[in-house]
Amino acid sequence: MSALTLFEKLWRAHEVVAETPETPAVLYIDLHLIHEVTSPQAFSMLRSRGIGVRRRERTFATMDHSTPTDRAQLFGAVPIRMESAAHQIHELERNCADFQVELLGLKHARRGIVHIIGPELGLTQPGKTIVCGDSHTSTHGAFGALAFGIGTTEVGHVLATQCLLQRKPKTLGVEVEGPLPAGVTAKDLVLAIIHTLGVGGGTGHVLEYLGPTIRALSMDERMTVCNMSIEAGAKAGLIAPDETTYEFLQGRERAPSGAALERALESWRQLPTDAGARFDRTLSIDASRLAPMITYGTNPGMSVAVTGTVPVRLDDRVHTKALEYMGLTAGQPILGQPIEYAFLGSCTNGRLSDLRAAAGLLKGRKVARGVTFLVVPGSQEIKREAEAEGLDRVFIEAGADWRESGCSMCLGMNGDLVTKGAYCVSTSNRNFEGRQGVGARTLLASPITATASAIAGRIADPRELMN
Amino acid sequence: MEPIRTIRSRTVVMARTNIDTDQIMPARFLRTTTREGLGQHLFADWRYDALGNPIADFVLNTPEAAGCQVLVAGHNFACGSSREHAPWGLYDYGFRAVISTEIADIFRSNSLKNGLLPIIVDEATHAALIAAPGTEVTIDLERSTLDIPGVGAVAFVIEAFARYCLLNGVDETGYLLAQSRAIDAYEQRAFA
Repeated sequence: MSALTLFEKLWRAHEVVAETPETPAVLYIDLHLIHEVTSPQAFSMLRSRGIGVRRRERTFATMDHSTPTDRAQLFGAVPIRMESAAHQIHELERNCADFQVELLGLKHARRGIVHIIGPELGLTQPGKTIVCGDSHTSTHGAFGALAFGIGTTEVGHVLATQCLLQRKPKTLGVEVEGPLPAGVTAKDLVLAIIHTLGVGGGTGHVLEYLGPTIRALSMDERMTVCNMSIEAGAKAGLIAPDETTYEFLQGRERAPSGAALERALESWRQLPTDAGARFDRTLSIDASRLAPMITYGTNPGMSVAVTGTVPVRLDDRVHTKALEYMGLTAGQPILGQPIEYAFLGSCTNGRLSDLRAAAGLLKGRKVARGVTFLVVPGSQEIKREAEAEGLDRVFIEAGADWRESGCSMCLGMNGDLVTKGAYCVSTSNRNFEGRQGVGARTLLASPITATASAIAGRIADPRELMN
Repeated sequence: MEPIRTIRSRTVVMARTNIDTDQIMPARFLRTTTREGLGQHLFADWRYDALGNPIADFVLNTPEAAGCQVLVAGHNFACGSSREHAPWGLYDYGFRAVISTEIADIFRSNSLKNGLLPIIVDEATHAALIAAPGTEVTIDLERSTLDIPGVGAVAFVIEAFARYCLLNGVDETGYLLAQSRAIDAYEQRAFA
């Protein structure tokens, strides 16, 4: 048998009907994650056709985008301020009740960002196909699952048939070698990869991250890398499962155990890309040469080392327009740029290890005067774990704002917004114009760069606070 | 869905590269639970000032843009979020086709399910279109050609099944539902 990539194995195992020149493949979906923003119109479609959900046990809902991070609103002491958000939340409650879909609702102890709680509960497993009406579904690829974002019409397709019509994407192997230097994180690595590929460079491709640097990453770090695959335009990001993956899944409530786990392990161990398997394209990155990265422009590919300067590109109108929006000057050092906000959270960097790293820098220090530092755990479980370790005290005592879980300021749908013209160092995934609020200026960076900057009140190099 | 055969329209040009779906439909408009009426919010932050007044020099606010059904956009159009509210908004506004050198995967898939044609052309054709806003083009879906006066008929590739569905008004959900026997058989095989 010929040598196959991880992607090829996942694809073949889920073909209900193979593709032909005239028709796309019918691809089976093992796990369908649902949230309040991209599902209402899909449930409406089911109602108008008079059909139900084909596989309720493979469908799992939560709410994260429009949900308040303010405790009083979340737990009902006061009404949810934004009426449209409340309506969307209630609509999901109604849809899940009517169609008998499991929902981790607003006040549920295990609620959180959909891409955080899937792995946390052990729902996300190697070998699965996983979709969600959300582009950051690529996160789950960190487990060796084929996971990608879909639109609402496709959410309807999966609800109705548990399948999607798909053309087979191409593959791109991203080989990463060399150890990450101190102060350089998985976030910096993925920002560097996106910078190299460009924001459209991965279009039509599934990325597989390979090499010793990737193998040495924790699951949290792997999820950060796969999460941002979409920012290079990629269909999905993948990392082959290994002992790190299996250890992470051990004992998780929705992961297999006992004899089922033994059987699962046997099949999971067959998944990694075979020696000699070919990718359509490849890319090599030397991680040992990287520095902490930060974006200066209006897409995630526009980044520099935090010690670098804003690039000069005289004839590039898009570049000029981006700098105009960001209020930055070509050639200026990015270090020292004053900021008004820092945001720690999101499906990219809202995990316990991210909070620990930030708290480690913040302990005994203060958030600069004039800086709002919003800290939003990725799930209620992470919030509890962080509180059990006393991380919340570190954040609160330093002057940060410690919140309930959700997508929050990554896209501000719940009203957690950056004001017009203000600068925000954000651990999230997109720095598009207006992403964090109309006129908001987002600089994407790692949790430790965001924290160091919150302390300094200006863009700072986290390595200066690390001894 | 209504079958689509030809689209004949003047073009609107937005030359910027990497126009993302957050620009096409800002997140604050995603709190809706229907798909209607999103055209009014299309490109909201480029189209209106803080008071909600139209910004005169934004292309969609110019008299020439009125009634145009074809948007010519810079490289890598509609990257970012998977929000189907982006093609819903473009369609509701009146667009029936988007032309670029590259169009992001999820948006392309979403567009095809909503009667909005994502058309990818080569650099030279794109440059000619960008240089001449208001050109009256004809898109013939059956022949998969884009006819540009002075340039001629340029062939484009559109995924065969989506093209079939658009030409014949076939809905993909219905097609998938009709695969139920194959899906049953897969489930028996895979989860035995």
